[in-house]
Amino acid sequence: MTFFKQAGAIFWKDVLTEFRTKDAVTSMLLFGLLVILMFHFAFEPDSMETARFGPGLLWMTFLFAGLLGMNRAFAGERENDGLQGLKLAPISSGAIYLGKMIANLCFMLLVEAVILFCFAFFFNFNLLPRLGWMCGITLLGTLGFASIGTILAAVSMNTRMSDVMLPILLLPIALPVVIGAVESTAAIFTDPPGEALGFWVKFLVAFNIIFITLPLMMFEYVLEE
Amino acid sequence: MADAPVVRLEKVEKWFGRTSALQGVDLTVQPGEFLVFLGRNGAGKSTLLRVVARLVRPNSGRVEVCGIDVLRYPEAGREKLGFVAHSSYLYRNLTAFENLQFFARLYGLKEPEDRIHKVLRWAGLEKNALRPIHGFSRGMQQRLSIARATLHDPEILLLDEPFSGLDLEASELLGEWLESFVANGKTVLMATHDLEQGLQGARRWAFVDQGKIAEELPGTDADIRDQYKKFLKEKRRDVF
Amino acid sequence: MNRNLLAWATCATMLLSLYAIFMYAPTELTMGAVQRIFYFHFASHWVNFLAIFCVFIYSVRFLIKRDRELDIKASSAAEVGLLFATIGLLTGMFWAKPVWGIWWTWDPRLTSFFVLWLIYWGYLMLRRLVESPEQRARLSAVFGVLGAVDVPIIYVSNRVWRTQHPQPVIGGGEGSGLDPRMGWVVALSFLAFTLLYFYLWKMRQDLERAQETVESLTRQSQFKGFA
Repeated sequence: MTFFKQAGAIFWKDVLTEFRTKDAVTSMLLFGLLVILMFHFAFEPDSMETARFGPGLLWMTFLFAGLLGMNRAFAGERENDGLQGLKLAPISSGAIYLGKMIANLCFMLLVEAVILFCFAFFFNFNLLPRLGWMCGITLLGTLGFASIGTILAAVSMNTRMSDVMLPILLLPIALPVVIGAVESTAAIFTDPPGEALGFWVKFLVAFNIIFITLPLMMFEYVLEE
Repeated sequence: MADAPVVRLEKVEKWFGRTSALQGVDLTVQPGEFLVFLGRNGAGKSTLLRVVARLVRPNSGRVEVCGIDVLRYPEAGREKLGFVAHSSYLYRNLTAFENLQFFARLYGLKEPEDRIHKVLRWAGLEKNALRPIHGFSRGMQQRLSIARATLHDPEILLLDEPFSGLDLEASELLGEWLESFVANGKTVLMATHDLEQGLQGARRWAFVDQGKIAEELPGTDADIRDQYKKFLKEKRRDVF
Repeated sequence: MNRNLLAWATCATMLLSLYAIFMYAPTELTMGAVQRIFYFHFASHWVNFLAIFCVFIYSVRFLIKRDRELDIKASSAAEVGLLFATIGLLTGMFWAKPVWGIWWTWDPRLTSFFVLWLIYWGYLMLRRLVESPEQRARLSAVFGVLGAVDVPIIYVSNRVWRTQHPQPVIGGGEGSGLDPRMGWVVALSFLAFTLLYFYLWKMRQDLERAQETVESLTRQSQFKGFA
């Protein structure tokens, strides 16, 4: 129980700190909107094309906005060496990982909810009939991204070019999440929902289980000095 | 009555790549001692403290804190230590109260509110408890940092150059406070590169040079002054 | 294994293999002489997976034991792995162009190769950008484990993705209608490349150990006041 209480303390601290400035969430959101704008001019999708490319464009937007926000988790600790303070406390590394991961997840979901709405708005995409499914898949995909993103953000933080390292490390490993999320999203918008949906959802769940367990086990090695 | 040593280091070595930080350190500290590590920058004082605090894992040697082998059981006994470094480990956008609340939760304190108010009162920060700390002066931040380090009532307090950036008044206040900490039976280990204000309570001195404890002396800070100057002159070989 | 013995064994099997590939193997019906690249491609594919498996095993063992030897083994495996991944990608491309007229196809094998190539790069870049050697070893071991575990997952996701988005297949199917002589040549090239991998891996490790010795001597001389 203490494990979850401590993870909760880390989560609460991260949320409260972000809530004071709202820097990360606003920049993620703005970036997401800019990406949508770029996509419009780069692809100019008509309604047929929007239906075909929509899931991909949507998840690309989530991905880019997410990458921006991922650094937040540990950048905020850098200023007053907060991470050292955490390492001193009788708290397991796993709890630090979990707390930060859930915080990252929440910020990303918040931004994604707004981006989703804007996407539907800008591209005249009707989400309502499949909103429930959409939420579920967004959760699964974002969880996958946040789970590896959090540990890799901690890893990159120790390098000389931490901002660049994170995407280099994260994107190849997160590829299955992107594939799974895009395919699931595409599947729910075909009528009837594609049979592949079942596979991809199970795939994402399996991915999440593996890539939450592994970081939980290995996070202490990242924090050591 | 000989109590078990509260800190024990045996042949501790630490190197970072090609640089040797600690070269075979042996140290025993009894409970209630106030020990100061003196030495120039880069001598290894900070690394020594961080090894005791378990922030740094030595490459070889044995480290025992309150009788626990900390290399085999790194999680155990962390609540017995408090560490004050140059960085405050605090979060600038949270208030003083919120910062302490966070640490109270991490340490699993039983009645956090009472304890928080107590340390805030000691640190003279009660009036500023609800201000975000980015507006705090260096002295206030340092006081809050010490409040954070003592929130969980640790047995041993480790301080790494805590006087840097403090004015005369703040230094004296810190010195008095350290004395009272020791008077309550706690142990203080401190690293500093100069004989500054506020060291009136210290009774044991270790001169650190090139990753080793070169000399150990008892006495008050007044007694040690000349000895330390001599020590620095002898060791002045490759400074320039 | 004795390095010289390994060197001779590698040399011998490589020569044999090259002979087999160019002289012994029959010319393929549709693709012609170009198809011989397939032996190199397939063999490097195998070595690629061998290499990432080594990275995985030694990364895990390093995190448990913290022995620098294990870190040397893991990082050397990654470097050699990158080499073979590059060979795999290039042979794939040089095979595709004359046969299908395109330089690249998002065939799941080739794509997985590419992603693994990127993971190797990420691993090596990570090592370059971390200052402290202990941290370097630890962080790359963590990434090595994550990357290696992900490789089969990446492959599966690519395969299933392909069923929804058909692409030209570069592998020509899983050993479909292979002439028995070709089978022998494949086996021989696998053996030759495996030996080559172990040889290069050993050489890289020896180089790393020599560097370690230099560092340790520098440290000792610092202690004695010479440096």
